[in-house]
Amino acid sequence: MTSLSNSLSAESGPAPFAPAVGGEVSDFFALLKPRVMVLVIFTALVGMVVSNATVNPVIAAISLLMIAVGAGASGCLNMWWDADIDALMTRTAKRPIPDGRIRPDEALAFGIVLSVGSVLILGLASNWLAAGLLAFTIVFYAVIYSMWLKRATAQNIVIGGAAGALPPVVGQAAVTGHVGIESLVLFAIIFIWTPPHFWALALVKSGEYARAGIPMMPNVAGPASTRRQIVAYTLLLAPLGLVPVALGFGGWLYAVVGVVGGLGMLAGAVQVYRLREGESERKAAMGLFAFSILYLFLLFAALLAEQGLGLFRAVLA
Amino acid sequence: MSDLPEGVRPLTPDEAKARRKRSIAIALTLGALVLLFFVLTIAKLGPQVLQRPL
Repeated sequence: MTSLSNSLSAESGPAPFAPAVGGEVSDFFALLKPRVMVLVIFTALVGMVVSNATVNPVIAAISLLMIAVGAGASGCLNMWWDADIDALMTRTAKRPIPDGRIRPDEALAFGIVLSVGSVLILGLASNWLAAGLLAFTIVFYAVIYSMWLKRATAQNIVIGGAAGALPPVVGQAAVTGHVGIESLVLFAIIFIWTPPHFWALALVKSGEYARAGIPMMPNVAGPASTRRQIVAYTLLLAPLGLVPVALGFGGWLYAVVGVVGGLGMLAGAVQVYRLREGESERKAAMGLFAFSILYLFLLFAALLAEQGLGLFRAVLA
Repeated sequence: MSDLPEGVRPLTPDEAKARRKRSIAIALTLGALVLLFFVLTIAKLGPQVLQRPL
């Protein structure tokens, strides 16, 4: 792994590409990873809603928009930096930069402008704690994760997962001016959810990651160790998903989703651990990958429904 | 087209169309920013900000 890390760090950075004359508007939009932006908007909104803060809806909406733009900007900077390895994987080869539709320098400028703009406007709209947290999220994802961890260690998505887990914290800071226990618990749930989610995919795509030289866990520690770690993280995740109930901001609906979803995650992780050959191995891994997305979505949707639509019924008196 | 610097070719119709779309998107974004700052000002400072002695 050390030699892999060394050779990777020596080769890191955007590779030269044939010049283009500028892409379509849709290509620039694709640089923002719109599907990730939707997830960020969703989790940040839940972070705002569980805060129970009284806030001008216009300011909340602008804050949410800026959090989304900041997340998009970090995705754009990630694509700029990773263009060389994106070109080597089928899942990412058609992205605008490796496909030659947008020049790397255009993407870099686009990402920087959006990063600075989103942080400044969030600071002006809400407060500078939220703006600082957004800036930290962008730097953590674009610099700490993309430029360093991703090519250096098999713990890349474990540590880098912090960037994806921060939007609820930024959301709460934007509407309250402080970071509370509610958003920190949501941060912890997303943080612990990330390894089993990504490693399930990495088990299936390990060949592509190996070709691109990315030290994902199955390539470094092997599939057997990765499966054990998936089970371990899922054992942590299932009870952690119920902490909002214990703290009183998750009600009955959330509790049911948390218990059923947590058991589903455990069942999926056990299947990944047991099935190690042929098509059933692939199906188990992709099944866990898909179910993990549904699980996280339902947890946050339950909180949103309870706190936003008035469906909250306390479990603990 | 003859006043283009050496080594620079004119845009193809598709490239010109893409550039026009980008220009329109930039204009719309700037307009949206103006609107955003106006709305944000009203939301932060209240409608009284528009009432001042002439």
